Amino acid sequence: MKKTVKLTVNGTTYERDVEPRTLLVHFLRDNLGLTGTHIGCDTSQCGACTVLVNGQSLKSCTAFAVQMQGAEITTIEGLAKEGELHPIQQGFWEMHGLQCGYCTPGMIMQSVQLLDRNANPSEEEIRHGIEGNLCRCTGYQNIVKSIQWAAQHKNQGATEVPEADAPQVDPKPISPVP
Amino acid sequence: MLTANPTGYVGSRIKRREDPRLVTGNGNFTDDLTPVGTVYLHMLRSPYAHAKIGSINTAAAKAMPGVLAVFTGEDLKKDLAGPIPGVPYGTVQTVPAYYPIATDKVRFVGNIVAAVVAETRGQARDAAEAIEVQYDVLPVVLDMEKAVKDGSPLLHDEIANNICTEIELGNDVTEAFNTAEVTVEHRFVNQRLVPNALENRVALAEFHQGDESVTLTVTSQNPHILRTLLSGEIGIAEHKIRVVAPDVGGGFGSKIATYAEEVIACIASRKVKKPVKWTETRSESFVATIHGRDNIDYIRMSATKDGKITGLDITAYANMGAYMSLLGPTVPVLCGVIVPGPYAIPNVHFKAICVYTNTTPTDAYRGAGRPEATYMLERTMNMMAEKLGMDPMELRRKNFIQPDQFPYFNIVALNYDSGNYEAAMDKALEIFGYNEMRKTQEEARKNGKYIGIGQSTYVEVCGLGPGSGMTISRGYDCAVVRAELTGKVTVFTGVAPHGQGQETTFAQIVADEFNVPIEDVTIKHGDTEMTPYGMGTYGSRGTAVGGGALMLAIGSVKDKAKKIAAFQMEANEEDIVFEGGKFSVKGASGGKSISFQEVCLKAYIDPKMAPVIEPGLEATRYFEPGNFVYPFGTHLAAVEVDAETGNVKILKYVCVDDCGKQLNPMIVEGQIHGGLTQGIAQALYEEAVYDDNGQLVSGTLMDYALPTAAELPHYTLDHTVTPTTVNPLGVKGIGEAGTIASTPVIVNAVVDALKPLGVKDIQMPLRPEKVWKIIHNGASANGSAGADASVVEQHFGEDNK
Ligand code: FES
Ligand code: FES
Repeated sequence: MKKTVKLTVNGTTYERDVEPRTLLVHFLRDNLGLTGTHIGCDTSQCGACTVLVNGQSLKSCTAFAVQMQGAEITTIEGLAKEGELHPIQQGFWEMHGLQCGYCTPGMIMQSVQLLDRNANPSEEEIRHGIEGNLCRCTGYQNIVKSIQWAAQHKNQGATEVPEADAPQVDPKPISPVP
Repeated sequence: MLTANPTGYVGSRIKRREDPRLVTGNGNFTDDLTPVGTVYLHMLRSPYAHAKIGSINTAAAKAMPGVLAVFTGEDLKKDLAGPIPGVPYGTVQTVPAYYPIATDKVRFVGNIVAAVVAETRGQARDAAEAIEVQYDVLPVVLDMEKAVKDGSPLLHDEIANNICTEIELGNDVTEAFNTAEVTVEHRFVNQRLVPNALENRVALAEFHQGDESVTLTVTSQNPHILRTLLSGEIGIAEHKIRVVAPDVGGGFGSKIATYAEEVIACIASRKVKKPVKWTETRSESFVATIHGRDNIDYIRMSATKDGKITGLDITAYANMGAYMSLLGPTVPVLCGVIVPGPYAIPNVHFKAICVYTNTTPTDAYRGAGRPEATYMLERTMNMMAEKLGMDPMELRRKNFIQPDQFPYFNIVALNYDSGNYEAAMDKALEIFGYNEMRKTQEEARKNGKYIGIGQSTYVEVCGLGPGSGMTISRGYDCAVVRAELTGKVTVFTGVAPHGQGQETTFAQIVADEFNVPIEDVTIKHGDTEMTPYGMGTYGSRGTAVGGGALMLAIGSVKDKAKKIAAFQMEANEEDIVFEGGKFSVKGASGGKSISFQEVCLKAYIDPKMAPVIEPGLEATRYFEPGNFVYPFGTHLAAVEVDAETGNVKILKYVCVDDCGKQLNPMIVEGQIHGGLTQGIAQALYEEAVYDDNGQLVSGTLMDYALPTAAELPHYTLDHTVTPTTVNPLGVKGIGEAGTIASTPVIVNAVVDALKPLGVKDIQMPLRPEKVWKIIHNGASANGSAGADASVVEQHFGEDNK
């Protein structure tokens, strides 16, 4: 018994028949082929599935597709505009904010909301703001720096991005080894 | 050896080449792939930890909409060539058969009892619920120390006392303990952990009718090894199996082993003649994917009165879970071989007793054995320092292996390659401000505050591994370097990065070596049809071993390029030098030269070379190191324990690590951050808890505490550089060092903070509620790591009194 849902994703309007039990995240991945939104859990803890619904971040595993009637959704695929990375995407690249990249789409979408609400967050505010998104690889330190980078570049005059922790290694080759 | 080159990529913070696709949602993870006609596989799992399977009724399930096939253990056995393999070590007599779907008994919660293939995920799940299984519940075995006692229920009838294997290493320590001036002894529990890579496991099997081959796209850290093992499981010859590991969302060891679901997916695809996909859910992953750690360690250490350690004696119980996973018994070996750490200890004895219990099988989890070794050693060092009335750092300094002692044989098994432990320690002490922190601590104590300082000076063994000396197989990796006709370079590597960034670091090396822009280099990995036999990525081996192969292959390509350049310039091959991207003739004036790109072009098209030089410009090389590598360092932390809440706050974390030459410091730091976090999380938060019936109580992310950004401190990193001669790059692995070092740092710090209350040890994880009880009910609430002192005394007997 399928239901029809009409919604806009990344600027394109779709009308689709879906099973009422279809989660938004499955709808995005399976029906629309937008596989950038990931699934990391089944208890709404990890945040890998985070998207923007009408400008608010939402874990897309916590809603049914049929609840999205008329909604405007942005997924990671819709963030870069005209081939230009969004400052947060750029920040993650600049500051090594990802390793395996599995948490990254959700982490970036959450950060979009974070900076929308607070253009110049402190480290503590950033850490608190991404608390609902788990990353198993980075230990979060470079994610924090990525968001700081984005804040600085979105909003001139924001706090300085912290220096890298380790001094750059002397680029000279090491003594010969066999 | 690396060439000095003006391109200067090596050693620089080059932004990762993996990232553009990953930050835009264009990654290619296994679950993102859904070939036309894909159907879905769902597992029915045992809700009991130990039970005989009576009858299984699948009739109702088979009749449900969309259902294409239902498999029980007996059904699957007909198509199975062999069980899931484990690699034995030590006294193993038999490896119990681990069938992908249980046949006679279930032995852990999550053991598969049936599998359903249907047109949609929902249909497969619905049908699995309609399968009726009758179980005769059996008594459950969970406690390792009880499991080995006579009369304990057996998991496998053929395995006496549930003992999988015993492993003994080292020399005789009796004399050392008989003559010891000071001894300490203790029992440590290294709790069970769940790896929790953020991407769950996924398997997509496509059986091709035409040539009876199969393609398995899968979340794997080692596609070639998986292909070999899979061949033995499904009975399709290796050359007809292709294993592809596309983007993989973290592994931490949990994606090394071969798993039941991959086997079932392949067999199911052959049966239903369609692509079959299985996607693990997180809650499923908690019971279905391997766990890590879970050791009970009895340790005693002897020393002279002035603090020279004379002996170390360990008995480790290692929980294997219900079956032998691929590297189950290898993990305690990795613990035993490194257990003396960075200290010159003349007498070391290590014994591991590996035990089957009704729990999820265990295998390698980030660090694999080395965190267990480091934890018990570094905790014991502090207990010894306390007993001797020395500062813990002084005791360490006194016992370090000295720089001029390398290569150093550690009595147990290993020849450490190189090291300068004191240099790293001094640097860490200075950055941390150790002496000032001691003063701060003293002040704080006067004000009734609990501040503690924790430390760990570690050495680890990684870069698996040497050609000989490993227990399972020779250890090597491979690379193909192909200089293309247009002067671009394509590299195929046998390692399988899944976050470690070799698409970038390997490209840095290639770009520097050939003096080409990094944009002209592509690194390919993760497909058995594309690369020669590689061992994959684990044990911090990607760069140390895979990078070595890359260097050799680059060297071979250069050799041939020189031959071509010599031909082109009518010179002697021996006189050709390659510098700044140009081949020229040594000593010849006039500046005749030919560029790397021109050589590439000539290699493929110049008809004049036809009779003389074979076309093409590529090389395939394997690198098999002569030894492991041994990264080391010093980690220090200051913590504050809140007496009101029992909460532990990390005030400062400083680490100085030495992984030899750093190819890309940014990536090195990232690896350390992640490693630290997993090690700290073991100390403070994570624990897989079973109830008395063998149910995993902490079986979802709601109950199992993964650290979030809000709990963690900002880490301060620095390094020393002690190169190694084990590989052509002079690098040591860094993927696991953070995890190996950090766990004891935090526990040492918390114990130090609570020293005024008489606390000597607290069993991990140091959750607020546990710490609060200790503060408010006194140290006895802690119960000496889960057992009172008499148990430890009993274990070691009277000989060390
Ligand atoms: S998949 Fe939505 S929170 Fe984990
Ligand atoms: S980068 Fe792997 S989980 Fe965050």
